[in-house]
Amino acid sequence: MDVEILSRIQFAFTIAFHYIYPPLSIGIGLLMVVFESIYIRTKKKEYEVLAKFWTKIFAITFGIGVVTGIVMEFEFGTNWATYSRYVGDIFGSALAAEGIFAFALESSALGILLFGWNRVKPWVHLVATWAVFLGSMFSAVWIVVANSWQQTPAGYHIVGEGMQARAEIVDFWAMVFNPSSVDRITHVWLGAFLAGAFLILSVHAYYILRGRFVVMSKKAFKITLVVAAVSSLAQLFTGHNSAEGVAVNQPAKLAAMEGHFEAEAPADLYLFGWVDKENQTVTGLKLSGGLSFMLHQDFKTPVTGLNAFPEEDQPSQINAVFQFYHLMVAIGMFLIALSLFGLLQWKRGKLFDNKWLLWVFVFTAILPQLANQFGWFAAEMGRQPWVVYGLLRTSDALSKSVQANQVLFSLILFFIVYTVLLLLFIYLMNKAIKKGPSSDTDFDGGSLNKEIANLISK
Amino acid sequence: METLFGLDYPTWWFLVVGGLFSGYAILDGFDFGAGAWHMFFKKDSSREVALKAIDPTWHGNEVWLVIGGGTLFAGFPVFYGTLFSAMYTPFILFLLFIIFRGISIKFRNMEDMPWWRKMWDWSYSISSIMLAFLLGVVLGNILNGMPLDENFEYIGGGFFEFLNPFSILVGVTSLALFMMHGAIYLLLKTEGKLYNRVQVFLKMGMAFFIISYIITTAYGLFNLDHLLVVFKENQILFVIPFLVFLSIANVPRLASKEKYGWAFIFTSLTIALLLVIVAFELYPRLLWSNDVQENSITIYNAAASTKTLKIMMGFAAVGGPLVLLYSYFVYRTFWGKVDSNAEGY
Repeated sequence: MDVEILSRIQFAFTIAFHYIYPPLSIGIGLLMVVFESIYIRTKKKEYEVLAKFWTKIFAITFGIGVVTGIVMEFEFGTNWATYSRYVGDIFGSALAAEGIFAFALESSALGILLFGWNRVKPWVHLVATWAVFLGSMFSAVWIVVANSWQQTPAGYHIVGEGMQARAEIVDFWAMVFNPSSVDRITHVWLGAFLAGAFLILSVHAYYILRGRFVVMSKKAFKITLVVAAVSSLAQLFTGHNSAEGVAVNQPAKLAAMEGHFEAEAPADLYLFGWVDKENQTVTGLKLSGGLSFMLHQDFKTPVTGLNAFPEEDQPSQINAVFQFYHLMVAIGMFLIALSLFGLLQWKRGKLFDNKWLLWVFVFTAILPQLANQFGWFAAEMGRQPWVVYGLLRTSDALSKSVQANQVLFSLILFFIVYTVLLLLFIYLMNKAIKKGPSSDTDFDGGSLNKEIANLISK
Repeated sequence: METLFGLDYPTWWFLVVGGLFSGYAILDGFDFGAGAWHMFFKKDSSREVALKAIDPTWHGNEVWLVIGGGTLFAGFPVFYGTLFSAMYTPFILFLLFIIFRGISIKFRNMEDMPWWRKMWDWSYSISSIMLAFLLGVVLGNILNGMPLDENFEYIGGGFFEFLNPFSILVGVTSLALFMMHGAIYLLLKTEGKLYNRVQVFLKMGMAFFIISYIITTAYGLFNLDHLLVVFKENQILFVIPFLVFLSIANVPRLASKEKYGWAFIFTSLTIALLLVIVAFELYPRLLWSNDVQENSITIYNAAASTKTLKIMMGFAAVGGPLVLLYSYFVYRTFWGKVDSNAEGY
């Protein structure tokens, strides 16, 4: 295998692995802030226990997120030196801003969040929790700005030629608010909320099913269900906005996402399907002219297809882009349906009566994670063959001085280390969840007594 | 070229990046040092206290690396690409040890099994040692210079080129310096028997540092002529090595009086001054081209546009004080000796 494919595999692998954790941190962070705020307001002990429990889980995800995140910053230099030189002026500034304005805040406040319960006043601790959460939100902003600039470059000009060519900032705010930034930041935020919320729903559904921490879990479940429902519905809008943006700014990507080949023809919308690139056909269930309707509110308006682009400017893995995109959408729809059904059952007063529903929630934790991964795969593979859309090809962005055996060596090392890391993560999460929100037996007994009292009064 | 208070923007940015990496070396330096001593503690409880000494703050310290990397990337992209791809192997190893250092601290106390704790103790300590060493190795290679072509691309060998005698010496010296620095940090954080034990470590650390520093300097003086040019041309600059000497000499003097707070300030100062020497040796270059002088990377041919540097000076002006404020607040919260009974995760 050559350096290009190895470097691409390594970057994809390390960033996909990394992306298991930051969305969880952001999503859990949101609920951590909610639980602790309720505790500070109401002084009810159970919210303190919830806040502390989820802080513990947060600590595991945050730790792995940080150490696996530094990897990418370095990889730009080690594996993608030409890219680094080309975009440093722009991409580098966004990374530097992330470090100074976001990461510093969250990492400093983290010390207080984890170790400061008895060292600072409760409201100071709450401020630290907020700081960690907001810091992680800002981190996402800058990172997505940097990536969005690769998708839809703006506010720059190109200086120099050949090997010395590079992009320089002309208008900083135009660079930051490039055409896809806002849609993609909101989409990423909501994806993170969903990842955190459905993990929390899963764990508390499990406790309810097992009859442990039931009173507390029901409260946590209801609060989180609201967050999940709002986020999944809102995700529909940000997703739609993103797709409209892709249609305007990256037509080749949109065409790949729906397997639309004809250069100028009304485009269909597939529920699911399989793309045959050779014969330029898609087999599956479709709404004829659906994509045209979604973009232009008219089934007959033509949409630019893949054939409008020369072969060398088309994404090579069209079926993969199509599948990842459709799986993401399908999961999104399922999450909306599930959380709305949950709300309906709550309104009927039957939220916790159906065991099967709780079991569905238990297993749904994995779905937002998959949707986040699939969405990024569609976005990044759909941008190919460009690393900076329309400006720099991925094949030109490599480090010229690095050899294939070096990358193979590092890829194997990452693979081994990350496998170990994932197993440890699962083991420790499982352990923390099995142990549960409180080691304080008095409190546990208290909630049990309450449950018995509830049962009797029924 | 546009200037700000008499200095051009690339020079300003050279100072910013240099300042950030000095900050990183001082802050994570004592974490690495503490980690390097970790296996010298024999009891599980001692190791737990040693870990608690750095647990609340190492995250904040690591931020300096992330910011330093970002500012280097943004300010001198040409240098960033060349250095990181030329030093592929040491940087990849550095990343893996950063991962192991972090998860070792996080995971060690999550289980009670002795083998579990011992495994993470070893992983933590080896990672810390290797991180300190690799930072020095990369610095050694920067000082040594490397073969570059007219596009500032590295044209030397791949896998093991980074291991040359001078860079190994700089690596060992960095480790020794951080071990001295880390021992003092542990003295500020421990009490009783543990404190007495670390006092012995500090003596070993000081000896280790002074010996390795003398050897490395001697090797450099005889073999790396290009680094001495600036000192020969401006003899006033010899005042800096003299200050380094005074600063190092102060450490054993203060240590013998058990004034570890001051000793810590002087090990920090030593780190900063050594990097000031590095800065003078390089400026305005960032990377020497060993074969063809004209291919050297300088702050001018590597710099981002002046506009970007101006924007980022703004970031630094706003963000810098904020970062210092957060750090101040966190260190103040956890000031003083480790409470070995305090709860944590």
